[in-house]
Amino acid sequence: MEFLRKIFDNAHQKLNSSEKTKKFFPLIDAFDTLMFTPNHVTKKGAHIRDAIDLKRTMMLVIIALVPCLLFGIYNTGYQHYRVLNQLADVSFLDIFLQGAFVVLPLVVVSYGAGLLVEFIFAIRNGHTVQEGFLVSGMLIPLCMPADVPLWMVAVATIFAVVIGKEVFGGTGMNILNVALTARAFLFFAHPTKMSGNEVWVTGFSDLKGEKYASLVSSSNPEGIVDGSSGATALGDLASFMQDSPVLDNTQAFQAKYSFMDSFLGFIPGSVGETSALMCLIGASILLCTGIASWRVIGSFFIGGFVMATILNLIGGNGYFELPAIHQLMLGGFMFGMVFMATDPVTAAHTNTGKFIYGFLGGFLGILIRMVNPAYPEGIMLAILIANVFAPLIDHMVIQSNIKRRLKRLKTA
Amino acid sequence: MKLTVRKGLDINIKGKSEKVVADLPSPKEIALKPVDFPNLVPKLLVKEGDLVKCGSPVFCDKYNDKINFSSPVSGKINKIIRGEKRRILAVTITSDDKFTQLNKITKDYSTLDREELKNDLLKMGLWPYLRMRPIDIVALPSDNPKSIFISAFDSNPLSPDYDFIMNNKSAEFNAGIEILKLLTDGKVHLQTRVETDDVFINAKNVQRNIVKGPHPAGNVGTQIHEIDPINKGDVVWYVNPQDILVLGRYSLTGVYDASKTISLCGEGSSEKKYFNTISGSNINAILNISSIDKNSRILSGNPLTGDKVDKDGFLGFYHHQVTVLPEGNKHKFFLTEGWLSLGFNKFSASKSYPTWLMPKSKSYYFDTNLNGEERAFVVSGQYEKVFPFDIYPVQLIKSIVTNDIEKMENLGIYEVAPEDFALCEFVCTSKINVQNIVREGLDLVYKECM
Repeated sequence: MEFLRKIFDNAHQKLNSSEKTKKFFPLIDAFDTLMFTPNHVTKKGAHIRDAIDLKRTMMLVIIALVPCLLFGIYNTGYQHYRVLNQLADVSFLDIFLQGAFVVLPLVVVSYGAGLLVEFIFAIRNGHTVQEGFLVSGMLIPLCMPADVPLWMVAVATIFAVVIGKEVFGGTGMNILNVALTARAFLFFAHPTKMSGNEVWVTGFSDLKGEKYASLVSSSNPEGIVDGSSGATALGDLASFMQDSPVLDNTQAFQAKYSFMDSFLGFIPGSVGETSALMCLIGASILLCTGIASWRVIGSFFIGGFVMATILNLIGGNGYFELPAIHQLMLGGFMFGMVFMATDPVTAAHTNTGKFIYGFLGGFLGILIRMVNPAYPEGIMLAILIANVFAPLIDHMVIQSNIKRRLKRLKTA
Repeated sequence: MKLTVRKGLDINIKGKSEKVVADLPSPKEIALKPVDFPNLVPKLLVKEGDLVKCGSPVFCDKYNDKINFSSPVSGKINKIIRGEKRRILAVTITSDDKFTQLNKITKDYSTLDREELKNDLLKMGLWPYLRMRPIDIVALPSDNPKSIFISAFDSNPLSPDYDFIMNNKSAEFNAGIEILKLLTDGKVHLQTRVETDDVFINAKNVQRNIVKGPHPAGNVGTQIHEIDPINKGDVVWYVNPQDILVLGRYSLTGVYDASKTISLCGEGSSEKKYFNTISGSNINAILNISSIDKNSRILSGNPLTGDKVDKDGFLGFYHHQVTVLPEGNKHKFFLTEGWLSLGFNKFSASKSYPTWLMPKSKSYYFDTNLNGEERAFVVSGQYEKVFPFDIYPVQLIKSIVTNDIEKMENLGIYEVAPEDFALCEFVCTSKINVQNIVREGLDLVYKECM
């Protein structure tokens, strides 16, 4: 490693040799500190320090996201061949490669656009590049539909990093989850590319084109392979609330999207969100390493379960009659619970507050999902609302501590 | 009373001292350092070349000139070391090895009143051994503390063992406690572990409390919070057990005898033992006995709260150990020993290294590397795990950073001292120097509100 060390030392020296190039030090520093833990020593106070740092914390989250990423790649390919009705003809590798072909560019664009902004701000403000975006950069592609245009991902990422984070002062200062800010931006700016029946499965929009014109017939006006559709499970469910449901009843829904498929994730949806199992693997990594708060995850799940159960007890239509536990396996609930709600910066900071914050997020998520005519999914909006309420929740918790202290003063 | 501290962290560092007291020649040079006393503005009372005796005032508190800081040896003022803006850093005194006393006061305090005792302690230069909470400074003679706290064990990493140091010193200890008893209308609280030396078990005139749990169970701040918490306006005093011996020796013999037993510890030194020496003595004499690694950091005090000193520096006034730690001033490749290494030999309070699964008795190598870079607060809930107070540590720190005095008071700044935040600083992912921030907050509150 001496060799590598020398390269970095030389690069630092060259940058420092001239006033003009000095401000570009974050360019070298970012890669240097990635390859080597710096030689900084303690100056005051505690002379020894814990081995953990922010880089390791962030990297552990990325490792926890890997199962979701890998499964997301596979499922993207799987859904593609499913609507083409070619699943029987292709190998595992074909499916995986097809998915990788779609998902990896999303990841590259997200990291590229985000890190570009990070570097510009680091050079402009004269500080080192901070680690926050390492996780956001992975979360953004995983919460997008597979068919979203790459330029939109770039625009959304830049928006989220600049408006969602840098204007507040950078990593640690933001009030809204950066990845969800990116998603919300696209959701409202380009709704046709973020919802509906045609964006969740790659190649689906092609199906309706001339390429498959031979399939078009009077009984199949859209030219879709029989039995296939590009809608998500939540899209189908939401149609129960409208005049002409896609499916007849809850049983028909459960036949189409079995609990097992929903749990394992072989259903259409955003790239990384479909598999509850992979989210749970990620959750166990985050909880074992102590990175994510069990308070948030636990109360978020309970919040969602309570709301789903309440609506289930009310019943009255095909949507509400779906069992609560199946409800939670669909859409972005598990993914949002494990990776979005647990963001320590935008969640509540006090331990008591985390319970309230998580419960609020889960509770509102299912409420928005099931009781509104416009959006089939509500987790994103619910977590953003919970983010906004988090400081207020903390304030209440801290005020009660202050009151307790004043009471002690009076009785003393 | 029995109490259990549930939150905290024991840091098991390699380099503990053997329980052997080694010989040491009596120190040639000692120093009194105004910087050892937070918030003190010193007023010099001597010039270079002046002759002093044990108990001769060297400087006093500019705003409270009754509080004298006295020489623990007889000899000659060697040097007045100044730093930026002519701030006095240390006054060094060359010892003549005779320990001639300036005053000898022999009185039976059981028949005297509190004011007379206070005056004698101030006159002898023994007053600075009494410290107060809140603010964590030398006690104010005008206060009547609601209680006095003595922690008979140090739970810091590599800390000296008071059971070993205090063994067979019952007479001085009890005499010292008698003096303390006169200074308060309340109780003198003595906190010990379940198993402790006879000197503590048989201590008279004290309320003995048994404390269980990890560090910071041995910090007086933690103990005060559990036993007799401080509200705005309250004052509690505390004294280190070895400093009580100094008070006790004064009570028994009438002289100022500042000798104490300190430990030399840490991976960087070869002779990890206990030594008898004098408060403020030159560290060189101790380090000469042991061989010290070239690339090491010498601390007066423990690894969490100690002060960095030079090789020919001096022992701090309240310090009972010298720690030698390897410096961590080298780059570490990220996969082998850096931030993404497997880390089977790295200690972390978080669970991000596999060592959290290993038995607690395993000890670890520590150097002074920051193990990362300073960042804004990102991770939450980390301080709370090692901070046993009913106080929100991060919110308190933020109120200090923003100079919001009302919020500091509301969030409990009167109950804390920098050392109470040492573990928060240790575990911090963002590597924030919390102890320094707390000190600044306390200084501000002292200036504005007291």
